[in-house]
Formats: sequence, structure tokens, C-alpha cells
Amino acid sequence: MQSGETADSPRSGRVAVAALRGVTKRFPGIVALDAVSLEFHPGEIHVLLGENGAGKSTLVSLLAGMQQPDEGDILIDGAPATIDSPRRSMDLGIGAVFQRVLLVPSLTVIENLMLGGSWLKPLARAAALRRFEELSSLLGTRIDPHAPVSGLSLGEQQQVEITRALWRDEKLLLLDEPTSMLTPQGVADLGRMMQRLKEKGVALILITHKLLEAYDFGDRISVLRLGRFAGDIGPQRLQAMSEAERTDTVIGLMFGTDGAPAAGATAATATTAASATATPAAASDPSREEELAILLGKKLRRANTVDRSKPATLSVHALSTAPDFAETPLHAVNFDLWSGEVLGIAGVDGNGQKHLAEVLAGQRPSWQGRIELAGSDITRGRVPERRQRGVRYVTDDRLGEGTVGTFSVAANLVLKEIGSPPYWRRGISDWELIHESAREQIRRNDIRTPSELTPVGKLSGGNVQKVLLARELDAEANVAILNKPTYGLDLHNQRLALDRIVAAAGRGVALIVISTDLDELLEVSDRIGVMFQGRLAGIVDNDDGALDKIRRLMAGAQA
Amino acid sequence: MNALFTEPFLVSLLFGAVTAGLPLLLAGLGEQISEKAGVLNIGLEGMMLIGAYTGFVATYHTGSFWLGFLAGGAGGMAAALIVLFLCIRKGLNQIVIGIAITVGAQGLTSLLHFVQFSRSYPRLPAAPILALPLLRDIPVLGKGLFSHNPLVYLGVILVAVLAWLFRSTYLGLSLEAAGNKPAALDAAGVDVVRTRSVAVLCTGFLAGLGGAYMANVGAGLFVPFITGGAGVIGIVLAMLARGRPLWVLIGAALFGASLAMTTALQVAGIDIPTDVVQMLPFAVVMLVLVLFARNSMLPPALGSPYVRGER
Amino acid sequence: MTTTPGERGAGPAATLLRVLIPVVLALVAGGLILLALGKDPLGYYGYVLQRSLLRWGGVQETLTRMAPLLLIAAGLIVAFRAGLWNLGGDGQFLLAAVASAALAPALAPWLPRGFNLIVCMLVGSLVGALWSLIPAVLKARYGVNEIITTLMMSFLGTSLANVMIKLVLRDPDTTVPQTRSLPVDDRLPRLFGTTIHGGLLLAVLAVILVHLMMTRTAFGLKLQVLGANRAAAIHAGLRVERLTIGAFALSAGLIGLGGAVEVLGVWGTVRADWNPALGLLVVPLVFLARFNGYAVMGFTLFFSALMVGGESAARRVGVPQHYVLVLVALLLLFLALVEYLDQTRRKLKAA
Repeated sequence: MQSGETADSPRSGRVAVAALRGVTKRFPGIVALDAVSLEFHPGEIHVLLGENGAGKSTLVSLLAGMQQPDEGDILIDGAPATIDSPRRSMDLGIGAVFQRVLLVPSLTVIENLMLGGSWLKPLARAAALRRFEELSSLLGTRIDPHAPVSGLSLGEQQQVEITRALWRDEKLLLLDEPTSMLTPQGVADLGRMMQRLKEKGVALILITHKLLEAYDFGDRISVLRLGRFAGDIGPQRLQAMSEAERTDTVIGLMFGTDGAPAAGATAATATTAASATATPAAASDPSREEELAILLGKKLRRANTVDRSKPATLSVHALSTAPDFAETPLHAVNFDLWSGEVLGIAGVDGNGQKHLAEVLAGQRPSWQGRIELAGSDITRGRVPERRQRGVRYVTDDRLGEGTVGTFSVAANLVLKEIGSPPYWRRGISDWELIHESAREQIRRNDIRTPSELTPVGKLSGGNVQKVLLARELDAEANVAILNKPTYGLDLHNQRLALDRIVAAAGRGVALIVISTDLDELLEVSDRIGVMFQGRLAGIVDNDDGALDKIRRLMAGAQA
Repeated sequence: MNALFTEPFLVSLLFGAVTAGLPLLLAGLGEQISEKAGVLNIGLEGMMLIGAYTGFVATYHTGSFWLGFLAGGAGGMAAALIVLFLCIRKGLNQIVIGIAITVGAQGLTSLLHFVQFSRSYPRLPAAPILALPLLRDIPVLGKGLFSHNPLVYLGVILVAVLAWLFRSTYLGLSLEAAGNKPAALDAAGVDVVRTRSVAVLCTGFLAGLGGAYMANVGAGLFVPFITGGAGVIGIVLAMLARGRPLWVLIGAALFGASLAMTTALQVAGIDIPTDVVQMLPFAVVMLVLVLFARNSMLPPALGSPYVRGER
Repeated sequence: MTTTPGERGAGPAATLLRVLIPVVLALVAGGLILLALGKDPLGYYGYVLQRSLLRWGGVQETLTRMAPLLLIAAGLIVAFRAGLWNLGGDGQFLLAAVASAALAPALAPWLPRGFNLIVCMLVGSLVGALWSLIPAVLKARYGVNEIITTLMMSFLGTSLANVMIKLVLRDPDTTVPQTRSLPVDDRLPRLFGTTIHGGLLLAVLAVILVHLMMTRTAFGLKLQVLGANRAAAIHAGLRVERLTIGAFALSAGLIGLGGAVEVLGVWGTVRADWNPALGLLVVPLVFLARFNGYAVMGFTLFFSALMVGGESAARRVGVPQHYVLVLVALLLLFLALVEYLDQTRRKLKAA
């Protein structure tokens, strides 16, 4: 299936606001989009579904003017258009809201919205404020236009972005994974906003990899797989199907009904397809059901093997950190962690998780409270002391602080042991040994890299994460803290990471897994704690009632 | 000690402070524009030097001081073009290119001076002075502050103009965004490269202007290395001023006063060694930095080239 | 820009080309500038070559001139690799020179020559290192930008050195203010009957040691991590504050040693208002060599020859000494361009 026309084609007479016709986009070593054709119509929420690497973000960047197609056409109102800059995209009536907030923190809301005016004209503040009022009432938002952006919450910042995207009465609104940073309340607000825009006749494109969202919001769902248009489900079919049928169709489109890898897949994704289906011919193989269940948010639990009769490996008492302007500090956090246990930490991003990870790893000093490891007080020590005692930290900022991008894979694998034997003797480096050991680790962990000498910055996200996991979940690990270990990874690498976590727990490592993905936490955790405004609002056992309790705690209520 | 508050001393100090301070003001304001937009111009000293040379040559051949100022500004802009093409458009390391510009300017202007003037050492006639009516009759201040070449008054007005520009124009917003979060500016449809290019050209112009003033008005001649660190001081002033033009004015005034102190003390007949006096402004800056040891609030995107689509 | 730890560099032929091309381009472009001004470029280059490298006297001078340059380069390599912009070399150099110039003649009657020299060199290094302490602490503890602080300290240092010479350490017997002169016999010994002093050996050794330290020791690797990615350094548990101050101290200490060596080996005294201003001049050389110790020696030799040859070129060929600065600037520009072209070529190849 190559085109977007199905039995549910929109009513004739409505010209598509925007359309892609046979669009292909290549990057070095990969075909991001392969002869894709799609149409987007006014008054319709068109969901683009696909996992990471399917080509969704590339499509967004084409429409937003960040890239140009190598082949094919983009049509706006039926006529071919060249979108060669963000300005051009805006001129054509396309508004885009990206995953990362693109607002200038030191300017106020209204100043951010005024960015882009011609330099030769005087500042039209009054007109801008009026427009802001208009759009605020349309969208149902309530933000002070004179507030500096740095003081707004992520949800509010996103609302400002949406306001900006519609500033000039755009006809097409692109939303790229808008819900990843929002509270459940925020997601509901977004949904209502999209309805209002839909009624006004705006064409909406919603990019996501979450199935439930797609059903909740979408009028039409198109699936991208490995850069190709895999199929779509129009409004009538969507309403007619049951949840199970929908899911089955969508999964089929996302991963291929016959389980065989799609033509042109790279070696890595061939493994994805292969691992997703244990035996290609089987109609209902266990791992595919697993995938289904995970994607649907059904809980899969590990066997509970934690022995709580022994003393806890890690004990945290009344732990607080000093405030700093970037992240929420901790307030009197208490918990115990046992060997072989996985403690999941849930919560909306920015409620103290970063501080928690850093203070346990030794990167951040505590302000008050105590941390005990195997009975001894380790509160005073910093990273080197913690590491010596077996504390490991897999950071979410993989290229920013977890690795040095210009250093080789080998150097990065020993980054936290500089100066220690066996790689260093009396301060002198044994590069032979370091490289040999790196080759071994690359082999054992299936890290895809041309060699151990390749700079880590050249590896794909999944492989960088493999380097980090290999480095941290080593033989001497005792306690490991993992911050968003599957963020930004494709399904195959997500599974790998989770498998490694489960394996480490099996070996007796005590693990803390911080994540915003509740499904993932419910899958691997023995207990789940919820961070809310710097406090550990509660810890629940991972049983049937857990999801509800967690949701309530995340919103600030009592469990 | 009484000699300190006599008219000759004060007039000498004030007059000297303005004469020495104006090039620092212009250079500092210029650098501030660049830094706001996220460009670190280490080559400021070189731009001033080139401006000093071109300004001197222009006035020497035409007799017009205004043409000299324009030529100085143009010279500075020419040097800024190098930063524009290599750093802003091609993304080469700003500090390396800046050092190359300064060193190259020093070498080139010395070479040109040697070829053209090393035998003659020409001097310019005294620069025209515009004594402001009414104000010039105030005792002490009149002769010290209000009887200067018109460029001085323009410089002070520039402070107000820039302050307004930064806060209340689209260009000002674009500059702020370019230095703070260029990706946001790009998403808003404004060309980041163009914004930074405009900033750097303005810096070059102002630096060259300051250099021309130093040569034509301050000294009346051109010798190699005449700028003597003024560009460096300009960079420091801009970094300390945290984006506020008024602070550049205050800093330039203070530095200018310290630089003028030597001559003023001589006029007053007080004998403190020049080297000690020369240490003053730098010691003060260090003291300020140590006492108020906080980040000098540089824009986050300072020094990094912007490439669209790069994370 | 540099070879990353653990990565094998490109083949020797390619590296040599990458280095030679900017040099040739710079010489050609510089020659064109000379032509435009009515000078004879070939005559100039020929004269410089002959004066500095084709005469035994010239060779000795060139090599002698290299000593302080190499020490400064070693100091800059340490700082720049650690991501620290130590632009205060002039002040560190000068104060160390003054300190050793003042101390040496005072101690000479009491100590055997070798001992005296060693003590004075150590004192010089110490003075240099101490002069970097304030910028180092401000940067390590409070994140204060070191470009400003080192530049300010440099201005302060040169003025302070002058004050010391003119007021405190002045030799009462001379008309021109300078420190008491160190007799030639008490200075650094000459090597093998040449006029080159032992400081050169020390300097070469320093560069080699710094290179080995950066590439083969844990400390060097830690500095590189700090310079490449500060957040990663913290994440990896490196003691960033200590490393910063340590790197600064080592860097300024080496530069100070350069000042001491120059005085103890060549001049024997420091005159007021003397400032060879080598601190910033060596920066381009270090970049050109991409922080590689052996390449630094090559470029320093080249630069030293230019300086020695260029000094008398003003009278002989009509090209002033400062023309050398133009060549250095051109070298830097062409280096940056060649780097850029090389990178784009590699990116296209990967596509």
C-alpha cells in the first residue's frame, strides 16, 4: 500500500490543506521517508503513528521547513510548494509545535510571540496583546503575557507554543509528541483544545507513538513503518471497530502482519522484526502478544523474588537537597531498597527525579538527611566513593553528561575509572588493555560500532545507551540508578534495556528505575514510588490497584 | 593633597577621562551587541587597530575628520567580515579566528605604517571641538566634559539608543534570542545567521570608529599597536555589563579616568609612578570580580555557531 | 581538532599534508601582500632563511629563541586541553622573569652555580603559578570567565613587574632602570661550546613530558575530559575544582619557567618596560600544532626562525619585523579553512 486513499476517503469537494505526494528523504546511511503520500484535511485530527525511527519526525521537519524532500512534492491547497525555511512554512499557513520547547527563556511570553517581526517596523505591542487575548479565548488558556517564559511550567510553555503556531491564523497545526511532558490534566486540556481547533476548521496533525492517545484523539490514523506509509484507518472504520480490532490492525501495520522484515530494513531493524516474532510462521507467538499487551498498557509483572527478611541494601532517611534554579529539590525523602528489587519512580518530569538520581549517585550534595549503604553511612562521599561501593548511575542525558562524544567508545567505557587499576598503574594508562577490554564488552553487549576507536558521538542513540548500560551494570554493581533508560530508543532497544534491568535484578543488584512511562514501570518494578513536588508522595506495591493509586499520587492527591 | 582638587587637575582628569573613555565605550558597546547575539569577538582589538589605521589615512589625505571616522568604521567592518564568513557562516572556532584577526591586524597595520609613514611620522592637525553652548561655561565641567569632538556626544547618545533598541525593537528581540536560544529564533522564522551577521558588522563598525577616534583625536597620529589593549578592555566591559549599555558607559568612564589619571597627576604636580597608576583600573576590576564572584551572565549560546537541525 | 584519546590518527602522509598546506598557502598569501606593497617576497624569504637557518650563528640564535616559546607552548597545551583559556601568559612570564632576575644575583655568592639556577627556576615557576591562582579559584569555585580574569591579571602583572623593577629591585648603578645583572658565568651553562644555553634542553624536555602526560597518564586524560565536556567530568566523579586549579598552576608554572629561563640563560637582567609579549603569540602556534607536542616543536622552530630572520629584515630588505604577525595570522586562517574543508569532505564521504 503506497497511497493514502482508502474506502474512507474524505468527502469529495474538500481540497486537502496539505498533501505529500511520493516524498522521499534520505540521510547518510538511511532512508528516512520512502515515497510517502498523505493528505491532511481541515477539521480533522490526523494521527501519525509509528515507532521511533519510522520517519514521523522527518515528515514534521519537511513540513516545518527544516529540511527539503529529495524526491516527490509537497502540495499546499493543491499546488506544489517548496518549503525551504521555517519562515516559508509559516507563510504557507503551517504552524508547528515540536517536542522540545523552543521559547527564549529570558524573554516574556508576549516578546516570544512577537519574535519574527520585520526589523524595520516599530514594535507592535498592543496589536500583539490583542491577538494573544483572541487566541487565549479560542484555546481556553490563561497565561500572563508579561510573565518571563523561564517561570512557566512545561505545560504552560507548550500552550504558548501552540498559541504561536496559530498566530497568523494557520490552517495546519503540527503537534510532535505533545503529551510526553504533560500531567494527565494537561493531556485532557490539550484534547479539549484540539477539539475547539477542529471545530474551527483547522487541520491537525498529531504525531505520537502511543496507541491509546491515537484512539482518544484521532479521527484518522496513518501508520508509518521504516519510512514508508504502511496504511491508514479512516474515521468510519475507526468508529466501527472494537478496541481489540483497532489494536490488531494498528500493530499489524506498525510491525507487519506476516512478521517478516520489510524490504530495505537495516540490519538492526531486521533484528527488531526477528525478535518481535519468535517463530515467523506462528500465527500467535508469545512475544507478539507481549508487544500487544505492553502497548496496550496491560501490566506484565516479573516474578516477585525479593527477600525482605534481610536488611535493606540502601536506606534513605529524610533526604533533602538544596534548591537550585533548574530543577525541583528533594524534601525529606524516605525509602528502603533491597537487593534484587526494582523500585520504579514515577511522576511527571520535573518533580525532583533529577535531584534524586544525582544525590544518590553522589553528583549532588545532600542538604539534610542520611544515605546508608549496606549499613554504613555514605552521605558524605561523592561520586568516586559511591562508585567504589558499587553505586552506579545511568543518566538520562546520554550525550550531554553520560559520555564524551569526541572520545572513543573504549575511552568512554572506562570514563569513570580513570586512574584505577587494572587500566592504570601508578597513573600511567594501559591503552592496549583498555582497547582489548572494550572489544570484549562491545561483543558481549552487541554494541553496533565500526570499532572500539569510533567516537561515541557517531553511534545511534540505542548504541550509546548500550555503552552506558555496559559500563554501569558491570560485575561490581551493587545499587544502580537508571534515569529514563528507554527514552528515545526504538522498541528493540527498549526491550534490551529492560531485559538488562531484569537480569541485573536477578543477579542481586538493587535498582531504581526513574521513568515517565508508567507501562514500563509496571512491567519491571516490584514497588513503585511517585515523586510529586520533590517529595516521595507514596510507594505502592505493584499489584492490581497500583495504576489507580499511582495516577492519584501523580496528581497530588492521596493514594 | 590640595593639589588634587585644583582646577587644572580636575579639568585634566575629566578631559582625559572622556578622551580615553570614548574608544572604550564604543568598543564595549560594539562587543555588547555581538555578545548579546551569541558571538564572542576576541578580535575586537584587531578591528579597532584597523579602524585606527584607515581612519588616520583617510583624514590625513582628505583633511576631513568625519570622513576619517567613517573610514575607521568601514575598516572595522572589513575585519568583521572575516568573522562573519568564517565563524558565523562556516562555524569555525570564534576564539581562534579572533586571535588571528588581532595578530593579523597588528602585523598588517605595522607593515603598512612602515611602508608609508616610518620616515615621515605625520601628525594630524588638532581635531575640531564642539563646545556645547551654555554647558561649556560651567566651571571645571565645562572644559572637562562639554568641550569635545562631537563624536563624544554621539557616543553618549548611542548608549541610550542601544538601550532602547535592545528592549523595544524587533531587532533587539532577535539579538536576545540569537544569543539565548537560537533554535527558538529559527523556529520563529528569523534567520539566525543574518541576525548574528548584522550584530558582528555593527561591532566592527563601532570598534573601527573607536580606533579612528584614538588615532585622529586622541593622539593625532598613527603608530603600530596604538590601541594598546583598548579592545581587550572593551571585551571585559561588555562581559561585565550584563547586557546593559549604561553599565558599559560607567565602566568606560571609570577606566578612562584611571588611564587619564597619570597625566592629571603630573599636571597637579603629584609624583606617583605611572605604572602604579596604570594598575588601578585592572586592580579594581579584579576586586569587583572577587567580591561579587558570580557568573558574568554570558548568553548561553555565546561562542557556539548555529546549525539548523543540529541538536 | 585533536586526536581523541584512544583513537589512531589518520595516516602520516595525510597529517603532513594537512599541516603543510596551510603553511604553504600562508607563505604565498603573505608573499602576495609584500608584492602589493612593492617589496620583494622571495628576497625577504630568502634573507630570513639565510639569516636564521643557513648560518651557524643564525641557527644558534634561532634555537636559543625557541626555549621560552617551547615552555610557554607546553603551558598552553596543558591549559587549552583542559578547556581553560589561560590568556595571562604575558603577566606570568614577566613576573617570573623579574623574580628570578632579582633572586639570582643575590644568591650567587652563597650558592654553587647549578644550585642557584635550579632554585631560581623553581621560584620563577612558583611565581608564575601563584599569579594564576586568583583566576583559577574564581573559575573553579564560581565559574567566573577566565578570559577576563587572566587578561586583567596579565595587565596587572606587567605593570607590577615594572613597578618592582623601577622602585624595589632597581640596580642603583645603571642609568636605565633594570634589575641587578647576573654575571655571565653564573647564567645557564652553554651547550657543547655553542651559544645555546641549557634552558633549551629543559624546554624540549618539558614539551615532551607534557605531551606524554596528556596522552599516557590518568591526569592528562582527566584534563581532557574536563576540556571536552565539563558535565561529563562531574558525572564521572572527577574533582573538577581541583583539576581546574591544578591545570592552571601547571600551565602558569611552565610559562613562568619560560620567563625564568629566558632571563637566566640570555639576558641576566630585566629592564623596565621590557615585554616580549610572547604569551599571546604562542597561542596560534599551539592551535596550529593541534596541541601535539612534536608538532609544536616544528611550528616553534619555524616561528623562531621567522623572528630571528625578520628582525634585521627591516634594514636589509625593507620589511619590518611585525610582518611576522601577518604570516602567523594567515597561517591560522588557512589552518581553520583547511580544517573546515577536511571536515566537509569527510561528511560527504560518509553520505
